[in-house]
Amino acid sequence: MDLDFTPQQQAFRAEARAWLHDHIPTAPLKSYDTREGFEQHRAWEAKLAEGGYSSVTWPKELGGRGANLIDWLIFEEEYHAIDAPMRVNQNGILLLGPTLMEFGTVEQKARFLPRMARCDDMWAQGWSEPNAGSDMANIASKAVRDGDEYVINGQKIWSTRAVFANWLFGLFRSDPQSVRHHGLSYLLVPLDAKGITIRPIVALNGKQAFAEVFFDDVRVSIANRIGEEGQGWNVAMATAGFERGLLLRSPARFQRTAQRLVELYRRHQASADRDPSIREGVLKAWMDAEAYNLASYYTVGRLLKGGRIGAEASTNKIFWSELDLQMHETAIRILGPRAELIDDPEVRDWLEGFLFAQAGPIYAGSNEIQRNIIAERVLGLPKS
Amino acid sequence: MDFTFNEEQLALRDSVSRFLMNEAAPELLREIWETGGGRAPELRAKFAQQGVTALSVPEAYGGLGLADVDWALITEELGYYAIPDSLADTVYVATGLLCAVPEAESLRAQWLPGIAAGTARVSIEHPVNPWVADAHLADLVLAFRTEADGILELHALAGAGLARSAIGSIDGSRRLSVLAQQPLDASTRLLRGEAARTIAEATLDRATVAVAGQLVGLAQRMLDLSVDYAAQRKQFGRPIGSFQAVKHHLADVVTRIEFARPVLYRAALALQRNERDRAALVSHAKLACAEAAWTAARKGIQVHGASGYTWEVDLQMFMKRAWVLDAAWGDRGFHKARLGEALLRDDAPLGPAATLY
Repeated sequence: MDLDFTPQQQAFRAEARAWLHDHIPTAPLKSYDTREGFEQHRAWEAKLAEGGYSSVTWPKELGGRGANLIDWLIFEEEYHAIDAPMRVNQNGILLLGPTLMEFGTVEQKARFLPRMARCDDMWAQGWSEPNAGSDMANIASKAVRDGDEYVINGQKIWSTRAVFANWLFGLFRSDPQSVRHHGLSYLLVPLDAKGITIRPIVALNGKQAFAEVFFDDVRVSIANRIGEEGQGWNVAMATAGFERGLLLRSPARFQRTAQRLVELYRRHQASADRDPSIREGVLKAWMDAEAYNLASYYTVGRLLKGGRIGAEASTNKIFWSELDLQMHETAIRILGPRAELIDDPEVRDWLEGFLFAQAGPIYAGSNEIQRNIIAERVLGLPKS
Repeated sequence: MDFTFNEEQLALRDSVSRFLMNEAAPELLREIWETGGGRAPELRAKFAQQGVTALSVPEAYGGLGLADVDWALITEELGYYAIPDSLADTVYVATGLLCAVPEAESLRAQWLPGIAAGTARVSIEHPVNPWVADAHLADLVLAFRTEADGILELHALAGAGLARSAIGSIDGSRRLSVLAQQPLDASTRLLRGEAARTIAEATLDRATVAVAGQLVGLAQRMLDLSVDYAAQRKQFGRPIGSFQAVKHHLADVVTRIEFARPVLYRAALALQRNERDRAALVSHAKLACAEAAWTAARKGIQVHGASGYTWEVDLQMFMKRAWVLDAAWGDRGFHKARLGEALLRDDAPLGPAATLY
């Protein structure tokens, strides 16, 4: 056990810090759930890609810098320490990217990954359907094979980023006779294809964070299928593992929030201490953010020695989503009656974060589903 | 940067685990709990044969000289098997204390070989513990005592000369003594003032890591017992472990354990390297591990149903150990206050890249 960064790791940290310091947008970007903000974020990510920091763990030839997971953690620390913008293309870079890396053909990787790294393409999720949310094997949208194309009909919902993105990845039923998780295929669909209708859904924060996507005889090439026909479930489960596991939520983000929470508490300590449980909440936030950081380095250590992240990824998802909620709840309680003032500069980010944190225990597989996964696959308890 | 254990560390942990699985089975624990003595001399002898008592004694005194990080893994096993012995106090905490005091050379020569051989027991009196564990059996008591003038002193007291009464604990294998009334004079004094305070803090941190390790080991044991029970106990014609409400209790315990262990290991390393944030990291480890253990106890008894409230199930022994260790070497109030102080300092290390450096 040795927690000292090597000279190479320290050099990488210094390089990333200097680059971010020189290139960070001078004014905060607008929300990426608005057209203007989306384009601002896209420009920022293109700049990030120019510097080689868009996806540091990817191979160089695909737009990354071939860094290992410790370097990734280091980069994330520097990224969040300087309050760089949230990543608008995380669907692509964090979910689809690793999936293509593992299951994509050479042609698919070359076709999609460099464009993704530069944000030439922006990706939306196409998992959930009105009757297939937590019960994702209940997918009904059909992709019927017609020569070397699939013809897609059906509906997706809660498609994050779909309002402004130009591509969607998701699961479709390619074998009409199949049930549950059999007979599904993992397809990449251009959102400007004929027959697609997108209807935005307004989220708690008043913005178009996700959408319904309707497919009416939409044709996509079989070259857009990842993995074998009918094997989409296995591919998607790998993606879900990335989502819940290490990569979706780097610990630095929560450490930065915990730091801001401590600073907020110190500024308002006199009023906050009238409720003694607030100090306890601040302490808990800091402890859990640190624990999440340590657990991430501990997991990375095992992965670098050849281990694989399995159903334990579900404990991560529960932990960070509940931590995020707890931190923001504590901030709202510190702010007291001011917390509703949406235009107050000290309040705004906390309030936005508080609203978004409400979704954490729901998205990427609800925490109830994660608890079932832990019980069945880690503890070996019988299925319900 | 490598936050993993090496093969030797894991192999040693596994061998201690196998040994305890055979020698400290729940049947033996129960016998010891129910026969009043609270201790099994033959178990202590087996520990010595296995070399466990010699692990942290320096090689010059016949031991293996293991460091704090190695010990963190061993303390998890001591907790997992709820060994009926305050072994860690003697062979880890007291050994560390004796090794850290330059003035204790003659004490080292006198006691360390016996500790390594498993024949000497040492207890520690410290201001954070109102009672001293196992003092009634101790051959040597190392006592931190605040004198009438308010200055901290460290005394080395021969066990034979102490008036000791053993007070029972809800943990049937634990005995406590009150030593504080006994007046001390300069003849037994090892250290005084700042030097005593520095050693007292290091001792507290080492003991706290040992307790935290035992707590997370206890949490894992209670989880395993509860999973076994949930898989075999049937209600409504099905194992209760197939019910989502039961699953979710146990999944919460897994999550608490997963996010306590790395904190424990980080604290052990801070101790080993005497890092600047040692105290905060150690307090964090104790709080995280205590929460894991108390969650495992509460969820464990719920999953066991009415059986969980009986003397007969093994769970009770592990629950009671977890309950008492929660307040040993600083209760949660103590550690939260200490952590809170560190966190709200002007120069507190906060934010990304501030805590691993």
